[in-house]
Formats: sequence, structure tokens, C-alpha cells
Amino acid sequence: MLIDAKELGYKEINEKIRESGKECEIVGALGQRFIAAGMSGKTISIDGVPGNALGAYLNGASIKVKANAQDAVGDTMNDGLIVVGGNIGDAAGYAMRGGKIFVKGDAGYRAGIHMKAYKEKIPVMIIGGRAGSFLGEYQAGGIIVVLGLKNESAHDNSGKIVGYFPCTGMHGGKMYLRSDCEGIKFPGQVNVAHAKGKDLDELKEYIGEYCEEFGLNADEILDADFTVVTPDSKNPYKQMYVAN
Amino acid sequence: MSIQYIYPEFEVIRNENRCIACRVCERQCANEVHSYNEDKKVMISDESKCVNCQRCVSLCPTRALKIVKSDCTLRENANWQNDTIKEIYKQAGSGAVLLSSMGNPKSFPVYWDKILINASQVTNPPIDPLREPMETKVFLGKKPDVIQRDENGNIKCEMPPQIELSMPVMFSAMSYGSISYNAHASLARAATELGILYNTGEGGLHEDFYVYGPNTIVQVASGRFGVHEDYLSAGAAIEIKMGQGAKPGIGGHLPGAKIVGDVSKTRMIPEGSDAISPAPHHDIYSIEDLRQLVFSLKEATEYKKPVIVKVAAVHNIAAIASGIARSGADIIAIDGFRGGTGAAPTRIRDNVGIPIELALAAVDQRLRDEGIRNNVSLVVGGSIRSASDVIKAIALGADACYIATAALLALGCHLCRTCQSGKCNWGIATQRPDLVKRLNPDIGSERLVNLMNAWRHEIKELMGGMGINSIEALRGNRLMLRGVGLNEKELEILGISHAGE
Repeated sequence: MLIDAKELGYKEINEKIRESGKECEIVGALGQRFIAAGMSGKTISIDGVPGNALGAYLNGASIKVKANAQDAVGDTMNDGLIVVGGNIGDAAGYAMRGGKIFVKGDAGYRAGIHMKAYKEKIPVMIIGGRAGSFLGEYQAGGIIVVLGLKNESAHDNSGKIVGYFPCTGMHGGKMYLRSDCEGIKFPGQVNVAHAKGKDLDELKEYIGEYCEEFGLNADEILDADFTVVTPDSKNPYKQMYVAN
Repeated sequence: MSIQYIYPEFEVIRNENRCIACRVCERQCANEVHSYNEDKKVMISDESKCVNCQRCVSLCPTRALKIVKSDCTLRENANWQNDTIKEIYKQAGSGAVLLSSMGNPKSFPVYWDKILINASQVTNPPIDPLREPMETKVFLGKKPDVIQRDENGNIKCEMPPQIELSMPVMFSAMSYGSISYNAHASLARAATELGILYNTGEGGLHEDFYVYGPNTIVQVASGRFGVHEDYLSAGAAIEIKMGQGAKPGIGGHLPGAKIVGDVSKTRMIPEGSDAISPAPHHDIYSIEDLRQLVFSLKEATEYKKPVIVKVAAVHNIAAIASGIARSGADIIAIDGFRGGTGAAPTRIRDNVGIPIELALAAVDQRLRDEGIRNNVSLVVGGSIRSASDVIKAIALGADACYIATAALLALGCHLCRTCQSGKCNWGIATQRPDLVKRLNPDIGSERLVNLMNAWRHEIKELMGGMGINSIEALRGNRLMLRGVGLNEKELEILGISHAGE
């Protein structure tokens, strides 16, 4: 079903998506929020720029955006796939527990905060360009990958692969950064290492999937140094308290 | 061995004439205070482990035990009191933040106890609830500002989603993890029987309790534990937790040791991993962002559920509530500084936030002044201890009250304030299977139903005494209240006159 988003509010758009069959094409999106919130069993393509909280609580639906997306992409996402061909705003994948977010360009501040995993539910977020500050704060599970690829639409390609304060309070999951991470300051409770062996095998699988979405060459991307960051404790604050 | 600076707080007094060395006390105490000395054939106690939960006292078949506060004291003075000195010792020994449980124990004023309720005499006669119908039912949610009619002149009856309560009390948020499966089962069953709601807290909803959905509030807090589409759709309402009265401004932290078995499954995080709820929601830095979360939840649940925003009572609560009332939230829940907790840093619990009575009065007045009171319902908690507290809260402007500590007391809690240890001998604040099974949900739910039915009757009697036969007619009716021993500023904020005026 084709949905012309022009002059439609988010409520109407979501009603139309619910009414439509499995396949759904939205054209002319212009900042409407909450598109596909909580939805499952739909394949949605979006032309134009969707607004904040795209795919919040997403529960298995697949969303593909050709252009940019705004803040809070995949907030508290449980399952499904969100693919964004451009850049995304702040707070993407907040507390996501499952599914995948693939972004071709850059992510803003606070991406992947409090991502978590449970058994077979392992969320994956791959950022093709750079990520802003506070990446993976409180990360409790899942996998965050930042590739640092040259991004034509970015303001600046000279900077570091990630901004300030990545992994603060991280206590689960993994972060892969396609960089030697020289000059990036990590907090004390994480282990920062050169990715090899099993880590690279895992990465290869996800990067393969990512490259298929965007028609990129996985071998070229993988032919680089990756840094892997893991927490050194699942209980980072255990020693801080005394019973009173 | 290092010197023990702190003498045990309690003494275990055992009447040797009565003790039959049946060892019940030993089996009942998860803190391992009691043990049996095989050589001497007597029970002995290590009072340094005692938390005064009274479990052994209650279960001793010969009433041979009592726990008393030790009269061994430090050389106190008015400035350096016992607790203050002991806290210094604990921190000097550990280098750690002090962690406490349950509500603020300090002697701040309890305004409920300085407010008195009116009754009718001669004119406007009192109503007897035994012979006349009294309405305690309330509806929570956004109310329309104007009556709208269709082209035929009929009233349009579509209302924003409402919660229907048989009486203006709900069980407030306590997560599965902070309290036990049997405690949750008791609350859920009692709420269903009573026609009120209980609240999941931020621990997800155990699959066994989905059947109680119509009487459940599902909570979304900053850690988003166990939050997914089915969970959001399961409840009667969704509560966004921005803050908690016992610990305003900080997040939550359930230690990995309590993330076991079904708790892990329900929260959807691995066993042994700490469950950290960050202090802020990192997708909410403003009222506009809050509005975004409110509407994302409404979109995800197709506008069928009212959304509650819960905040702690803090200094500028009236302005905060005004913002929330404009955020699209249907209900504001305000939690006062005496509210309970499974664990909170002592300094925060004892020093941050304000009394719910003042917060409620200020918020209700502010929303009225701004003409937006009907945009939201107000629910207040943070130490509502009795039916008279409920009546006073309603008269100050609340639509309903949240209770939690009182509900736990009904389940057998003895307020020993060591929930954080996870060794609750009453089977409430623990995940140890041998302790959890001590709380029988059949009995637990019955005791909760008893408590609420008793309160309902008292509420009716108090209302009847005032000549009011509907709780709606009491809401915000501050003329029914008078203060005693309050200064002018306190009376001004509470919006009530002094007794005698």
C-alpha cells in the first residue's frame, strides 16, 4: 500500500500502516513522529525524512529509510530491522533489547544507551560513519559497531570515530570500533583490546548483513583494525554501598 | 582482628524457662542469629546479625523470645547522636555510600497529623453509610473541558481513556525483583478482587500475571526493563517513572545477586547482571521530550491506555506538574519524600524531596490557577498510612492515593528496613525460594482485601460525617480541613484555615 504522508499527522500515518497489508510504502515523510511505533509483521519503506522516535518499541517490523532519520530511532525496540540510508539524530536505540539498526551515515549523541540483551535477543546497531559523544552509556548487552567510513553528507570527516565519554557505566555487551582508538578515552571499568579471532568472526557476520543492505564491500570494510570494548564486570557498582 | 566499633543495635532476650529448644527460631532466621549449642543443649544467639524483623518472636511457639533495643549507648550529645556516629564508623570502615531501605525515618513534620477533618452538626446533617448509598468510585484520566453535541443535539460521549477504581486507593509500584513473586501475586489478586489497580514497578510483568492485566499498571522507567509491545498492551494504564519519593534525582540499581531465575526472565536481562536504571531517561531532557515519550506510548498502544507520569515531590513540583499536565499525560502521580524503597542511599532518602501534603496542595492549586486541572488526574503517595490520610489527601485535591508500605505491612512486613539485604524473613523483599514460600498469596491477598475493605468503610464513615455521599464531592474540598499547630505559611500552602477559624 502506498501512503502519501503529505499533510498527514503521525496518528493518521500509523492508522494507515495498521490498515495496510504487509508491505507498505510511505512517500513524502516530513518529520512525522512515532512512525510504526510498536508494530510487528510489516515491511515499511519510507521516502523523505521521518520524525523522532521512528520505530519506537518496534516489535518485529522492518523499516527502511532512504534519507536521514531524526532523534530516538528504535527507542526501546524489541525486535525487527531499521535501515537508514543517511544520518540519524540523537539517542538512537535507547534501551533496545532486540532487532537491528543499520545506519549508513553518522549517529548523533547518546546512541545505544542502555542497550541490553537476553538469551537469543541480541540487539545490533551498526553505524557506518561516526558516532557522537556518550555512545553506549550504561550498555548492558547487545552489539554496537561503528565503522568510521567516509560519509559524504557529514560536516566533518576528520574527527575521531566516536565523541567523548563512550561506554560510561557499560556493564554488558560489546562495542566494536573500526579504529585503533588512539586518543579516545575509555572509562576504567571496560577492557579495550584489538579485535581478533572469535570477535572478528562474529563481526564478519554482522558486517556481511550490513553491507548487503547498502551494497558495500564487506571485505574492504573488514580489512582494517577493529577495537573491541567489553566491560570487565557485570556489577560495576557492587562495592559502592554499605548497609545502613 | 579489627576492633568492632559498633555494638549490636538489638538484644535477643530468651526466656530460658520457656524455651524448649525446638529450633524454630533458628530455621526461621535467614540472618542466622539463632543456633543450637549441642554440648550445652541450649539455643544461643548472635545479636550482631539481628535486624529486629520479629519473625522469630512471631513464630516462637512458647513466646520465649523478645527483641529489644540495646541500652548500650555511645556517649551521645544533641549534635552527635547514636546513628550519626555509627554512620561515620560504617563509612570509615568501608569507604562506601550508606544504603538504606523503606521510607525516611527522620522526625520531619507529618502534616497529615496536623490536619483535622470536619463533620456536620445540626445543619446539613451527617449521612449514615449503613443506611444510605455512598459512592467511593473514581475515574482517573483526562476529563473533557466542555460538553460537545452532535448535529442532533446528543451529547458526544467519547472520552479519553479512563481507569475505573472502586475506591480511591491503588497499590503503587514495587518491582518483581525488589519484592517476591508471592508478594506480586498477592497484590495482583487483591487488586483484581477489590476493583483497584496494582503497579508492576520497573521489573517487567511475570507471564503468570498477564491475566490480571485489567488491574495492572505497567511501568516504563529509565532502564526499560521488560518493556515490550505485549507488556505495554497488557495493563490498564502505563506509568512513566521519572522519579521516586525516596530517592528523587537518582536511578535504581537492583544488584546482580537478585537477578535470578524468573526475575531475570521477566526483566529480560541475564542472570547476575546488575539492573541499572539511569538517573534520567536519556531520551527525556525536557517537557517536550517527555511529551514525545508519552505520545510514543500512546501510538504504540493506539490511545487505549491512559499514561501516568510519576515524579518525586521536589521543590518546584508545581511548575513541574504544570509541564506534565501539558505533556499529554492523563494522570500525574506524585511521590512524597516519606515514600518507601527497596534500597536508596541514606543521605538522599533522608534529605531530598518535600512532604507530599505540601506538594499536593501546591500542585492542585497551580493546576487550578492555570485552568488545566481537568487535563489530568492527580495520584499521591509517599506515606499514606490510613483511611484518614486518604480523606485528607482527597480534600487537598488528589483524585486517588498510592499505597505501598501500608500494603507490605498487611503482607507481614515489620518495617525492619533491611530490604536491601535480600534476606526478608517474611518472604516479601527476597528472591530466596525458601523465604518466598513463607508468604502465602491466598492469605496475603486476603489480608490486603481486608485492609482495603476496612479503609473503604472508614472512608465512607468520614465522608458521611461531613455530609458528603460521593468521593468526587470531597475532592479539593479544603473547607473540610483545618490545621492545628501550623504556621501561617504552612496554612497558606496547604490552602486551609487554622482550627477555630
